[in-house]
Amino acid sequence: MRVVIAEDLFLLRDGLVRMLRAYGFEVAAAVESGPELGRALAELRPDVAVVDVRLPPSHTDEGLQCALAARRDRPGMPVLVLSQHVEQLYARELLADGDGGVGYLLKDRVLDAEQFVDAVHRVAAGGTAMDPQVISQLLARRSVERPLAALTPRELEVLELMAEGRSKTAIAAQLVVTERAIAKHTSNIFAKLGLEVSDDDNRRVLAVLAYLDRER
Amino acid sequence: MDTPSSPGPGRGAGRSGPGAGTTAAAAFAARRNTPRGAGRDGRRAGLAVRAGDAGLAAVRGLVLALSSLAGSLMLSVLVVLSLVMIPVGGVGLLTTPAVLRLVRLHADRRRRLAAAWAGIRVEAPYEPLPDGVPPGVAGRVRRCLLLLRSPATWRDLAWLLADMTGGALLAVLAPGLVAEGGFGILLALGLWQPVVSAAGGWWYAFVPVTGWFTAFLAGLLGCVWLLVALFAGPLLVDGHFRLGRVLLDRGRAAALARRVDRLTATRHDAVDTSAAELRRIERDLHDGAQARLVAMGMDLGVAEAMIDEDPVKARELLGQARRSSAQALTELRDLVRGIHPPVLAERGLGDAVRALALRLPLPVDVDVELPGRLAEPVEAAAYFAVSEVLTNAVKHARAERIRVDVHHAGGALRIAVADDGTGGAVVGAGSGLAGVERRLGTFDGVLAVSSPAGGPTVVTMEIPCASS
Repeated sequence: MRVVIAEDLFLLRDGLVRMLRAYGFEVAAAVESGPELGRALAELRPDVAVVDVRLPPSHTDEGLQCALAARRDRPGMPVLVLSQHVEQLYARELLADGDGGVGYLLKDRVLDAEQFVDAVHRVAAGGTAMDPQVISQLLARRSVERPLAALTPRELEVLELMAEGRSKTAIAAQLVVTERAIAKHTSNIFAKLGLEVSDDDNRRVLAVLAYLDRER
Repeated sequence: MDTPSSPGPGRGAGRSGPGAGTTAAAAFAARRNTPRGAGRDGRRAGLAVRAGDAGLAAVRGLVLALSSLAGSLMLSVLVVLSLVMIPVGGVGLLTTPAVLRLVRLHADRRRRLAAAWAGIRVEAPYEPLPDGVPPGVAGRVRRCLLLLRSPATWRDLAWLLADMTGGALLAVLAPGLVAEGGFGILLALGLWQPVVSAAGGWWYAFVPVTGWFTAFLAGLLGCVWLLVALFAGPLLVDGHFRLGRVLLDRGRAAALARRVDRLTATRHDAVDTSAAELRRIERDLHDGAQARLVAMGMDLGVAEAMIDEDPVKARELLGQARRSSAQALTELRDLVRGIHPPVLAERGLGDAVRALALRLPLPVDVDVELPGRLAEPVEAAAYFAVSEVLTNAVKHARAERIRVDVHHAGGALRIAVADDGTGGAVVGAGSGLAGVERRLGTFDGVLAVSSPAGGPTVVTMEIPCASS
């Protein structure tokens, strides 16, 4: 699997390259600035890009803008965005096209290599990987509302993991229950929130995220 | 008539002085220049405008002359009488403050006219009376003495004298020229016959009017007066106000003195705030990230030492070290957010406020209209101000909906935060709003709160700044 990495800090870039190589990725390019990233995405057409939000030369949200632009050119192009901080505002922009293949994680998450690599794989496969912080912020805003308040604590847990983009199998493993139990929780959640149930993991995740992020 | 708003305590120096006075003159000059190249129609229109200006100037001159002659004359007589009465059983001590108050009202009226009619800004730097003037007779006497000691009072009195002489003369010339010019033309048209026969001869200026020819000369001279009035009328009114400004405006010195006071105060605040900030950051780093890194290093060291003998324990310590590093990162992130929020650096004020709104547990409508990025310190100050006001609304006002409006207009950043909470917010009394006001003060910004009991609360902030 070919990956392009954009990160301006040498240490982190180097670490990411080594980690992803160790997990069998082919690093097509590791760049350090916005313009380079734009070129790399257009020319190399990688299977997935891992992009830092803040990149030179402007040191603003250049990486995010590059990623969004690349997804406009090539809808659904998988991008995993990394940042020192997560903002719902950015998550919303990344999810806006509804195409999937998006990840948005705190940089801290690379500390847990396995989970991080799992997220990269998920995004490359067209799924989503949202940082738990984004999800907890979304839930915190919604917690006072009727439908969410009707969920049991276990269902909330499942909802949270689902919104992060985990598959049924992964959620079952994390909560140490059977996949059937998770399927039951999921259908309960969807019924309580009034969402349409879908067998497709990715579609389900996007529906949950859209529900949590809708305007009031 | 638009009354000039009294300048904020910190902003007087920027707007007063000769700069402000010349804007009207510049506008006048611009108006004079446009028709010149615009052909005959333009010239005719220019002439009409000029005639309109001159007519307006004549009317204003008349009003000013009456005000100068009647108002200033009467007031100076009153002042003199009142002062004379001071030794007479101290009666003057009681009347003088009232008379001086009238003088100030009179002068303030003229200041307003100067701003409205000629765009000439005349500062009114009356020092407020010190607190603690006792009530009753003793207080009145004290007040009178304070007033008499104030240089502003004596300047006002000097202005009264100048105003009823030179000021009145300048003012009356504007309508006078028009009237005299018109009279000369009327003479030439035949009015000379009844005038001469009634008065037995008439000197129109230096022309002895005796027959048609001399009356015609008088008419010519009248045209010249009118022509002069056309050009000089507005200038005479300007001149009247300028004369007033010489005496009434404590001018740059007073404005600068006030500015220095204000700067000293806000600089103190700024230094205190930033010192406290640094202290807080230092403490947070010391107790937080720094301590966690030490703990992490210790865990790693122990793990290293026991990796051969007790790999299970070593693994546990390694996990602990990793958790410590994650904790340290979280704390550093929060600290960074408190120093300079990353969204602010990446996106500017508008999106930073939007991101802030998204973090709140209740619906916030954000409306931003900014032409571009603002200066970084202004952005940061505005951001933290909005943050504080929003926190207040959520915590204390029990609001259910908040509206934030951010826009840049008239060289200032204006922010309004409105909530439907319980109201009753006040600046001061250790409220966060006082801190916001202090922080904004560094940028000559101001804060206003409207928060009746029962709500709604509207906090408005304004920071003068350019946008790039």
